[in-house]
Amino acid sequence: MSTAEPPVNTTHITPSEPLIGPGHTYASVTDKIAAVVLTRPLGIGWLAGFTVTFTFTMVLLVAITWLFTKGVGIWGINIPIGWGFAIVNFVWWIGIGHAGTLISAILFLLNQKWRTSINRFAEAMTLFAVACAGIFPLIHTGRPWMAYYMFPYPSTMGIWPQFRSPLIWDVFAVSTYGTVSLLFWFIGLLPDLATLRDRAKNRIQQVIYGILSMGWRNSARHWHNYQSAYLLLAGLATPLVLSVHTVVSFDFSIAIVPGWHTTIFPPYFVAGAIYSGFAMVLTLTIPLRKAYGLEDFITMRHLDTMAKVMLSTGLIVAYGYFIEFFMAYYSGNKFDVFLAEQRLHGPYRHFYYALILCNILTPQLLWSSKVRRNVPLLFLLSLVINTGMWLERFVIIIISLTRDFVPSAWGRYSATFWDYATLAGTILGLFSMLVFLFVRGLPAIAIAEMRELVHEGHARREPS
Amino acid sequence: MTEHRARLHGVMAEFETPEQLLSAARKTHEAGYKRVDAYTPFPVEGLAEAIGTRRSWVPLITLVGGLGGGLSGFGLQYWVAAITYPVNIGGRSLNSWPAFIPVTFELTVLGASLFAVVGMLALNKLPQPYHPVFNVERFATTASTDRFFLCIEARDPKFNLAETARFLQGLNAQHVSEVKDEE
Repeated sequence: MSTAEPPVNTTHITPSEPLIGPGHTYASVTDKIAAVVLTRPLGIGWLAGFTVTFTFTMVLLVAITWLFTKGVGIWGINIPIGWGFAIVNFVWWIGIGHAGTLISAILFLLNQKWRTSINRFAEAMTLFAVACAGIFPLIHTGRPWMAYYMFPYPSTMGIWPQFRSPLIWDVFAVSTYGTVSLLFWFIGLLPDLATLRDRAKNRIQQVIYGILSMGWRNSARHWHNYQSAYLLLAGLATPLVLSVHTVVSFDFSIAIVPGWHTTIFPPYFVAGAIYSGFAMVLTLTIPLRKAYGLEDFITMRHLDTMAKVMLSTGLIVAYGYFIEFFMAYYSGNKFDVFLAEQRLHGPYRHFYYALILCNILTPQLLWSSKVRRNVPLLFLLSLVINTGMWLERFVIIIISLTRDFVPSAWGRYSATFWDYATLAGTILGLFSMLVFLFVRGLPAIAIAEMRELVHEGHARREPS
Repeated sequence: MTEHRARLHGVMAEFETPEQLLSAARKTHEAGYKRVDAYTPFPVEGLAEAIGTRRSWVPLITLVGGLGGGLSGFGLQYWVAAITYPVNIGGRSLNSWPAFIPVTFELTVLGASLFAVVGMLALNKLPQPYHPVFNVERFATTASTDRFFLCIEARDPKFNLAETARFLQGLNAQHVSEVKDEE
């Protein structure tokens, strides 16, 4: 980024490239990250962004209020397409969350140091994405005030949930995922909240961060238990994140609907989740590092590595699309063959072509290190991949439901204004608003872990 | 502040690098001090062992939480599906255990995670609204940034204010200060 770098660095990334800009000390990383929360005045950009996202959150609330007033008839769903935008959005959002857990847990277990400056942010993204995801299955039930029936509790009616149903597995998987993500995030935040408490200048900040940090005092005995708990949580979150999207894919693959009933779904859903999640991390970190001058902490090496993860998971997803076609023809099942042809030639073929363009063809640009180091282009690609992953869920749900076994049961689907309002209300509204609040309320980069990186000498190494 | 009522919590030494603190902690432990704590702005490898901390209980607590979560998760499903609310679907087995695995797994992870976090906080005696080390001005402002502290507590049987302070001075500490406990 800096002009002092030799030109060779603009196209080549060596593993020895530093994870932190040169010359940083314990105090300078602490100052820089804490200042974003504690001292920096609210800029016009933040205020404008917050206003817009707050407005869209209100759009979401209006859309949900109208839904509760009128019922799910305001949406585009019908019989046979009972799962419209609500489930498309649910699967998309929960998938986005997965990259956060991957970065914070799996890369921690694999001792990947580059995760340090993006893990906090990615975990926050996970929580906000799960919050958005959780809304959809709830509001799509039609009578959401009875959603608690899905939890096992001793009711006077004497009825219990059907534990053999993937939809009940989903309730447990998503609520466990949300809870564990919150715990992991909070535990990671604890030492940083103590740092903010110690540096807070006014009484309000001191009291808020003082309560949140629970009296953490950086004691070696505390760190000892803390590191043990953190490692165990990472170990627990790793199989958990794989199980969550597996269970989500069971919602489809346990059913007999053509295009859903396949064994490739669990691995291909998990790969797609990580694919879209990394795209969302890039969508968020690229503006963040620019706006708050964090280029020293979220370096080109981070962006480059994330782009490579996207490329490789994208190839797994491409393999999944190929296998769906292959298995349709190889099995000779006429309904599966028919569905494959519907994807290519049916009424929703444009969505399928757009999906292939967004998810398979365009991301091949990432093979070039020039593209991976071109920040605006990388930002654009991350948006394309996010769109592509949304289209994937649309293709899976809508095409299969509109063309199942009996032609007399076929149907068509088109989303209504309220479908789009709810979707926009989560993307531009709730999710983005929470991101805006998070960036100014909590340290977006794990400060204690950055000090650890400084200690291990990652900042002192000169760029080669 | 009522100075006359202040009790002594211990003596605290400040160091500039984690390496200095680590070697000082080892010497303190060798000198026979048992009630010692070290404070670092990030975890320093070997420091907890150097001041005589034994293995953490967190893994065992987590195991108990995981086993409890998994067993109660499976037990709940078995009890619901086979005993209290049996649904006969074409004569299929009521204890259809493979279908109970996803929820059992999720509850295992949930139980283990909750126990890990709550156990860690409990072992660290958190939340704790007050601790005397924060009465040291330099500790309160720099311990979470870039300074490394070692505190020998007054309840240590070997503790003697003048002697312990001199001992810490001898370990190349930058500052040595008394930690007052105002109650």
